[in-house]
Amino acid sequence: MSRFTEDNARLAKEIIGRYPRPRSAMIPLLHLAQQQSGYVTNDAMVHIGELVGATSAEVYGTASFYEMFKFEPVGKYLVNICGTMSCALMGSEELMHHAEHKLGVKVGGTTSDGMFTLEHAECQAACTEAPCLQVNYRYRFRVTPESFDSLIDDLSAGRLTAEIPDHGTVAKVLQHIPADRGVGAVPPESVTEAPEWLNGKAAL
Amino acid sequence: MSGTYAHAPGFIAGDRPKIVTSRFEYEDSYTLRRFLATDGYQGLRAALGRAANEVHDEVKSATVLGRGGAGFPAGTKWGLTPQGVYPRYLVVNGDESEPGTYKDRLLMERDPHQLIEGCLIACYAAGLSQCFLYIRGEMALAQERVAAALNDAYAAGYVGKNILGSNFSVDIVLHWGAGAYVVGEETALIESLEGNRGMPRLKPPYFPAAIGLYGQPTIVNNVETLANLPWLMLNGAEAYTAIGTKTSPGTRMVAVSGHVKRPGVYEIINGITTFRDLLYKEEFCGGIRNGNQLKAFVPGGGSAPWFTEDQLDIPFEGPQAGAAGSMLGSGAVMVMDETTDIPAAALTLTRFYAHESCGKCTPCREGGTWLERILSRVVDGKGTMADLDQLIEVGTSICPGDFPHASNAKLGISAVPFPYKMNTICFVGPSAYAPVNSALVLFREEFEAKIVKRNTIPVTAVGAAS
Repeated sequence: MSRFTEDNARLAKEIIGRYPRPRSAMIPLLHLAQQQSGYVTNDAMVHIGELVGATSAEVYGTASFYEMFKFEPVGKYLVNICGTMSCALMGSEELMHHAEHKLGVKVGGTTSDGMFTLEHAECQAACTEAPCLQVNYRYRFRVTPESFDSLIDDLSAGRLTAEIPDHGTVAKVLQHIPADRGVGAVPPESVTEAPEWLNGKAAL
Repeated sequence: MSGTYAHAPGFIAGDRPKIVTSRFEYEDSYTLRRFLATDGYQGLRAALGRAANEVHDEVKSATVLGRGGAGFPAGTKWGLTPQGVYPRYLVVNGDESEPGTYKDRLLMERDPHQLIEGCLIACYAAGLSQCFLYIRGEMALAQERVAAALNDAYAAGYVGKNILGSNFSVDIVLHWGAGAYVVGEETALIESLEGNRGMPRLKPPYFPAAIGLYGQPTIVNNVETLANLPWLMLNGAEAYTAIGTKTSPGTRMVAVSGHVKRPGVYEIINGITTFRDLLYKEEFCGGIRNGNQLKAFVPGGGSAPWFTEDQLDIPFEGPQAGAAGSMLGSGAVMVMDETTDIPAAALTLTRFYAHESCGKCTPCREGGTWLERILSRVVDGKGTMADLDQLIEVGTSICPGDFPHASNAKLGISAVPFPYKMNTICFVGPSAYAPVNSALVLFREEFEAKIVKRNTIPVTAVGAAS
């Protein structure tokens, strides 16, 4: 099943409703699709196009621009080792060699059991804790060959499933705007007046 | 080490005024409970107790400089929206991905309510009727913390309809990115938020304040910029400008990484703290690791031309850094000690920008790739002297004229001040050349050595072990 499930279709509509124009929900919906299948399927892109009013080619056009979206299955755990300057200065190249050896794949490859995909990543915004890596976008700091090995062993043994969800899950907490609290989004052309509070008086 | 918190890895406190990191000492700093117990949403209450234009004036008179890279004053930016055109939007730039930079991530993970409060103050002051909080896709924890904070803030009446019972109503929508450095450029951010490929828009218009999201006036502010507003509303512009200098008031967060004893994120005094303070003082990084010598440092994120010890006494004051040939950018300092293989280090940055080029402008798309390939060849010991000229020629086709660089007493060269001219829409292309040019100007002999001794010496790793 690679179109949205009923639950996800409902969530997709909720997300679309937050934006003045439906197409703005494109990237969040692509994440939702990736969460559902582990990667972005063609059927999901067709479905997203129907939901936001775009052709499937336009959806793919957007999706293919962004690094995080995968169009074929990847490992259960996507291991991204940073290789930009701060990490490189602290030995990320050696760490990558070690990782290739430990996992038995070259950078870009997936282990034969489908557990791990190893990628070279660009700056992950943890530069003082170099070298760093992310597993499904969860950080590990100041990684040594030893700590890398125990990370892989723990992941293989299923000891980190509570902390690190399967590939595709971006955030474990999602925003929900309660119907009675939300202002609601309207298309820009339906607003012409200044907001009420711009009346020269204090709001409180 | 004192002032480090296990729950906030990377952040190092210290005994200095704290405007945006005041809650980092609490392990539960991201909860609504802790936030409310530490003046949370009081800045919003103070703002709503005044007319919107007065709040805007207060922010203008505090000269809150944008903390994303360009350093443009937030109050002035808000004022660039055309009169009488509505709706206007706020887009929060939390797509932090400049090499070396991370402060927005900490602010989102450690104090999401402070950011939300800042967004609300901005929306109130500038009449912005909806806010989109764009968080970098790879920052899962930041997304979770901000989502939870928004859910709590909605439930408690701080966000949404009739905030605090007033006529001020605004939604804050959390939006995920999906991995693209160029989306940090504000018009690319807007394209991405409209569901498109994140490519920068042709200028003019120079500011999305005129034509932005859905063609409407749009303010794009950085996370740290907005995080300053609650404190400013509570304490006033006078207290804010009492910290730092007249032209660079307040504090700013700076990440120092690389070969220093205590790499970390510090909240420093704007305009006053110097690079020497930051790199060598015990309260900051405590010097270069292993007693080594400083070779060079990147003063303002991967895009910034490099400094050496000649520039250590420059304070965090934009115009001074600019006159010296670089920029303060996004508050990221990357330090290289004497063991660093300079051409290889430059390659790690050039590769980044070549990889992140969106492909819209030819000089960047082609030029960045050329720079990466030629530089790779040189680093691998397979280059020729002609390659060095070729690097400069390619760089000059991205940025015509003299590219900014620092002065150097030993080499007898004087500075070429910032900024550069560019043949591209945005800064990604020039950024691919910045490290190459700096490295070539300051350390040309290292490139020549790799060429002259081609293949006869092993190519050392970028960061030698000691």
